[in-house]
Amino acid sequence: MSLFRTLLFTAALAGIGTGVVVAGIHMVGTAPLILKAEAYEEAGDAAPAAHTHDAAPHDDATTHEAGAGETAATAVAAHVHDDEGWEPANGFERNGLTFVFMALTGFGFALLLLAASELAGGLKDWRQGIVWGFAGFAVFTIAPQIGLPPELPAMPAADLMARQLWWIGTAAATATGLGLLVFGRSPLLAALGVAVIVVPHAIGAPQPPSYETPIPEALHHSFVVASTVASFVFWVLLGGLCGYLRPRFAAQASAPLAARPA
Amino acid sequence: MKTSHSPVAAASHESTASRAVQLTFVALLGVFVIGGVGFSHISAVHNASHDVRHANAFPCH
Repeated sequence: MSLFRTLLFTAALAGIGTGVVVAGIHMVGTAPLILKAEAYEEAGDAAPAAHTHDAAPHDDATTHEAGAGETAATAVAAHVHDDEGWEPANGFERNGLTFVFMALTGFGFALLLLAASELAGGLKDWRQGIVWGFAGFAVFTIAPQIGLPPELPAMPAADLMARQLWWIGTAAATATGLGLLVFGRSPLLAALGVAVIVVPHAIGAPQPPSYETPIPEALHHSFVVASTVASFVFWVLLGGLCGYLRPRFAAQASAPLAARPA
Repeated sequence: MKTSHSPVAAASHESTASRAVQLTFVALLGVFVIGGVGFSHISAVHNASHDVRHANAFPCH
């Protein structure tokens, strides 16, 4: 049981620590951009109903005008975000959930990182952990984002299931490919590793039928940058913490075992 | 391979088979957690984790 417990405790602590820090980064980085995009989404939703001229009364700047204010109010009321059912209130509830889910994300990815690194003998220190963090960044951030860049609400996208499958397949292929490149000790396996990494992109990510969106390109670009930078910090911190904590928990777990008579 | 009788094996965790089982459980738990946070289609879970999904570039909507 001790290895499982060691990895579980390591993942929990590293995940919570990383999640809280990176959720803080998201509060100033991505979250304001998501809220901005939702304003465009709501304006876009209101547009067909109001049936006014394309661009005019739906910019941010028009909230002072009585007519536009009314339109915005109806839009907010009508905005159910594609799904029915409960959703968190803006502000504390919504941001609090971001902290909770970032911690869970950290925990989940830490479990995967630790399980994979155990196959290579287990993390020895924080520097080794950071190298595995880079691998996580490549597998779960860079590779899926080549085909499916981070997207804001109201952006056009292909069928959700198809994108999720492509995302998972690409991450799995990239992890396998990196493993072959780093641990396969022959040029042939290295070549195979490159091929496995390239294949999902040769197949191509599911794309939407139309790219028309109310979201300005500059806003989307800022979001891609903010999201990618936050993910980079996430993976370096998560890997580093896993590498730092894992030997310490392992020492604690094996000490009482060794003292026990066999 | 290590046997569970030697003190070395006791110090460096259990047998290979036991390691494999434990690592499988660790990986499965990771997949389960990430699946819930990033991929669940349950509406309430989607809405609760909405911003995290967008920020981490999980496919959303």
